[in-house]
Amino acid sequence: MAAVSQSAMAAKPSVENPKMTARNLDLFYSDNQALYEVDLDIAEKQVTALIGPSGCGKSTFLRCLNRMNDTIDGVTIKGEVTLDGRDIYDKRIDVVQLRARIGMVFQKPNPFPKSIYDNVAYGPRIHGLVNSRDELDEIVMTSLERAGLLKEVKDRLQSPATGLSGGQQQRLCIARAVAVSPEVILMDEPCSALDPIATAKVEELIDELRSNYTIVIVTHSMQQAARVSQRTAFFHLGKLVEVGETDQIFTNPKDERTKGYITGRFG
Amino acid sequence: MSLSFLLLAVAALCALSFYFGRQRAVALSGGRHSNLHSLPVHYGAYTAAWCGLPALALLLIWYMFQGSVIEALIVSDLPQEILEDSGRLSLALNSISLIAAGNGQHLSVEPEIVDAGRRLANIQTIASAALVVVMLSGAVLGLSLSYRKITADMRARNNIERIARYVMIACSAIAILSTVGIVFSLLFEALHFFTKINPLEFLFGLEWSPQTAIRADQVASEGAFGAIPLFVGTLLITLIAMCVAVPIGLFSAVYMGEYASPKFRAIAKPALEILAGVPTVVYGFFAALTVAPFLRDNGAILGLDVSSESALAAGLVMGIMIIPFVSSLSDDVMSQVPKSLRDGSYGLGATKSETIRNVIFPAALPGIVGAVLLAVSRAIGETMIVVMAAGLAANMTANPLQAVTTVTVQIVTLLVGDQEFDSAKTLSAFALGLVLFLVTLGLNVFALKVVQKYREKYD
Amino acid sequence: MTDMASLMEDRAAAKVISDNLRKPVDWDSPKIARNIKKRYAAERRFKMYGLVAIGIALLALCMLATSIGSKGYSAFYQTYVQLEVHFDPAVIDPDGTGDPAVIGRANFDGLIKQSLRDRFPDVTSRSDKRDLYGIVSGGASYDLRERVLENPSLIGQTRTIWLISGDDFDMLNKGYIDPTVAEGDRRLNDQEVSWYNELVEAGAVEKQFHTRFFTSGDSREPELAGIWGAAVGSFYTLLVTLALSFPIGVLAAVYLEEFAPKNRFTQIVEVNINNLAAVPSIVFGLLGLEVYLNVMHLPRSAPVVGGLTLALMTLPTIIIASRAAIKAVPPSIRQAALGLGASPVQTVTHHVLPLAMPGILTGTIIGMAQALGETAPLLMIGMVAFIVDIPGGALDPATVLPVQIYLWADSPERAFVEKTSAAIMVLLAFLVLMNGLAVYLRKKFERKW
Ligand SMILES: Nc1ncnc2c1ncn2[C@@H]1O[C@H](COP(=O)(O)OP(=O)(O)O)[C@@H](O)[C@H]1O
Ligand SMILES: [Mg+2]
Repeated sequence: MAAVSQSAMAAKPSVENPKMTARNLDLFYSDNQALYEVDLDIAEKQVTALIGPSGCGKSTFLRCLNRMNDTIDGVTIKGEVTLDGRDIYDKRIDVVQLRARIGMVFQKPNPFPKSIYDNVAYGPRIHGLVNSRDELDEIVMTSLERAGLLKEVKDRLQSPATGLSGGQQQRLCIARAVAVSPEVILMDEPCSALDPIATAKVEELIDELRSNYTIVIVTHSMQQAARVSQRTAFFHLGKLVEVGETDQIFTNPKDERTKGYITGRFG
Repeated sequence: MSLSFLLLAVAALCALSFYFGRQRAVALSGGRHSNLHSLPVHYGAYTAAWCGLPALALLLIWYMFQGSVIEALIVSDLPQEILEDSGRLSLALNSISLIAAGNGQHLSVEPEIVDAGRRLANIQTIASAALVVVMLSGAVLGLSLSYRKITADMRARNNIERIARYVMIACSAIAILSTVGIVFSLLFEALHFFTKINPLEFLFGLEWSPQTAIRADQVASEGAFGAIPLFVGTLLITLIAMCVAVPIGLFSAVYMGEYASPKFRAIAKPALEILAGVPTVVYGFFAALTVAPFLRDNGAILGLDVSSESALAAGLVMGIMIIPFVSSLSDDVMSQVPKSLRDGSYGLGATKSETIRNVIFPAALPGIVGAVLLAVSRAIGETMIVVMAAGLAANMTANPLQAVTTVTVQIVTLLVGDQEFDSAKTLSAFALGLVLFLVTLGLNVFALKVVQKYREKYD
Repeated sequence: MTDMASLMEDRAAAKVISDNLRKPVDWDSPKIARNIKKRYAAERRFKMYGLVAIGIALLALCMLATSIGSKGYSAFYQTYVQLEVHFDPAVIDPDGTGDPAVIGRANFDGLIKQSLRDRFPDVTSRSDKRDLYGIVSGGASYDLRERVLENPSLIGQTRTIWLISGDDFDMLNKGYIDPTVAEGDRRLNDQEVSWYNELVEAGAVEKQFHTRFFTSGDSREPELAGIWGAAVGSFYTLLVTLALSFPIGVLAAVYLEEFAPKNRFTQIVEVNINNLAAVPSIVFGLLGLEVYLNVMHLPRSAPVVGGLTLALMTLPTIIIASRAAIKAVPPSIRQAALGLGASPVQTVTHHVLPLAMPGILTGTIIGMAQALGETAPLLMIGMVAFIVDIPGGALDPATVLPVQIYLWADSPERAFVEKTSAAIMVLLAFLVLMNGLAVYLRKKFERKW
């Protein structure tokens, strides 16, 4: 653990019962290194926020957690990421299953050009989670309800998802992720394309989901991090600078760079 | 003087006038270019344009009318009884032009025709001489007028740029002119045809045998012009081609775009494109001499009666020809599906094939439909493969093992070789051409619209 | 605040749901494992389909190539038969004038027939003799004449000479006629085959490189037919096409990209270009027939008319490619030029066009390659005539390579199959050359702005 930077050490990167851990994580896009020796624990059933100036590697780190970087050519990863103590980059781990266990919500709402129902049913269908139409209906309804969307769309489940408003679309994407009963949900700036009211709704939703899911959220808004997360990690130039309780990070940052960022001096 | 010499002469005149114009400008400037409104080259270009363009325009106009005027002159002097019989008239015109070209010694024709031939030769000599005079005097006139206009403060650059602009507009307008030309030439002859044959009979008739009577008393063999069997044959072959091209093209595109390693792509993609570059006459030869006998022989082994001009052979080969078309278009379309959709699917734990089948295909469907429609339009209009490998007999059948004929095959057979002037048989080719043009145009416009809409959706 | 209210409601609903949570998925259950296995099998299958599709396409390409190659390579060789020819002065130049005109008119055919009779003295009946004369091509007499005109001292001598054989013998020698099949089912009867065998045994049959195939025009006799006439016709046709479509296409592209205001005219032009690009080629043939032949009375079968027709066809290709090339020139270059006080036309001619030229040329070459392979519209304007002479200009009757291929493909003689395939190989070689040039240009001048 000698490589762990001084400040990260001081900010207590580990938690008691981590759902996921990253150790010594380096990532390269072809020859460009985007992450440097990142050590971070994700606490179970909590919201962990990743903040930092744009281009610092937040999304890149997030995508390491469910191996979405596998879909990009020329990416090499060193280090270790675990889920429930098992290395997710192990050869025996099945990516397809892994991504079902670690769901993801993206920056721009990306509903499939299908009906609302089919969007939510997509995951359970491909993973073979249901045996009957009733069961599927049930999952779709529950997921929509959990994403706080059911009331708005229950009369038009068969209409195309692309007809929903931006906020609704993003909540649909959350419902879609929830439908496969993931253990962890990764969210990459889920509100950046939404208006304030829709943002408020999604933030409420994240708070709700926390009781059942482990959530990691990338955000560029410090207010949002403060509102929804319990733990916050600050990234800078591909390095994890500081991580800790959200309250502590925002009220009493240990690192000068963190302080500079949250007081708005850069980023 | 031959045409190429004439053109060379005009070009030389242009060069000369460029030089003159430039010299005059230099002379006017008194050695200081700042005395001129424009650069000396602009004055040169100005005179050159005024020399060349009128000459070219005169040439164009001349050729538009020369043929018909000369023919009218010749025809007007022919005896009445020849004029009244269109068959004889076209024969006579043929002989006349042969005689005029000096190849008529072996012909045994009436003395009037021989006279007319000589007169034609005369007129042609006069006409080409006149053309030389007209063109060259046009060039010289333009040159001298523009030369005289040159003064130190003439806005030569603005002038020449305006001319350039008009020339460019004229060039762009050729696209419109071609369309107009196509529409009018097809429409003109097709309407002529419809005065002889009822359009309804043409469009919905079930029998096609365009043999018109050769002698007046052969009324029995009037010829039937029901085009339905041709449409059926065209559709059958198109359908077979699509059954080959669409799945193979789509799956190749998917493999190339989603699975292939860069190395594999670097080899396989150009190889597929070679298929698109092979001339259709080569495919026709392949279909007629390799695929059709192969199918016939193997069909015989299986106890099937496969015609040696089977629709299957032509359709299969046409399908192969269209594979790269479908694959490159659908590759385009599928690569336009935003990455976020793929990510969404992968993020839910879908495999590549699930993502392609469930997300990318549905998302790209409008674009793919557009691509397929374009491919259909191409198959319908394809000529050489069917001319060489499909039959001539207008069978109305959906059996791909039998011979059918297509619209394009009929157009070619009706128009290649000696044509009877003004007969329903010849004119019917234009009616078929009109149908072909309208159908392919409709398909294209529709398909392009679909694809365009699709592009806008994901831009 | 209804929004706030609904938010609260949603929240309450979510609470209810979370109370009766679905139990987590057991990812290690056998059912899921089976499902995963199935999904990966489907994945592999799907990938296979893709590979098979490409495989089929490439296989078709290979079959096409081998079918043409295996049929056509033999056309580059021609069978020759060795005969002893007596240059009988009584036949060639009975009065001993030495006048080339007299020699040129002599009956060389008779000389060849005589030597054939001498070679096979047993042949007596009329029909057998006719068969016998078929060993040597009708074109051999021209070769003899050339020889004698070049070297008049031959007159009176007896020489052993290789003479070009007739097509049936050529086919037999190349193995396309199987002498073991029943006599009635082949083009040569037993006696002809025995003559052939006798000549082979005597070492008097040989295959030589067939230069005539590359240097002569069309002929009814397969062994005399060549592609030069068609190649020259193609050349003139493409010349006319290029001379028209290149300047017109480039000027139109420049106008549409750089000068055209966004008005109705421009819109109509654009729609027209896109649609013209997809009009079946045969329709252009009908246009050419009607406008150039019926209205303007230009000569039938002439490369000018072919070129005019093909120019209209290639115009959209060139315009579209040129516009893309012009569009790729960054606006900063235009701004720089305009900023220095250059007029728009100067900006285009001095800066934009030179930079776009590689792209324009690439598009033009591709358009020309298309035009070179085009057949159907040329059939419409009468370029299918049987033309022996090599055209001397764009107004002479001519045919082009693809039409020559079509004509030969239609000929019944077995020997034309190999000629057709060989002509295809030549045509494809030209196309490969042109496309290779286009690729080279594109690679060489590829620029990332
Ligand atoms: N697909 C990619 N290929 C190459 N470099 C990338 C790619 N994605 C991101 N990067 C680079 O990695 C760094 C981190 O990017 P990212 O994780 O997206 O930043 P953030 O989400 O914090 O704004 C940036 O410098 C970016 O340019
Ligand atoms: Mg990001």
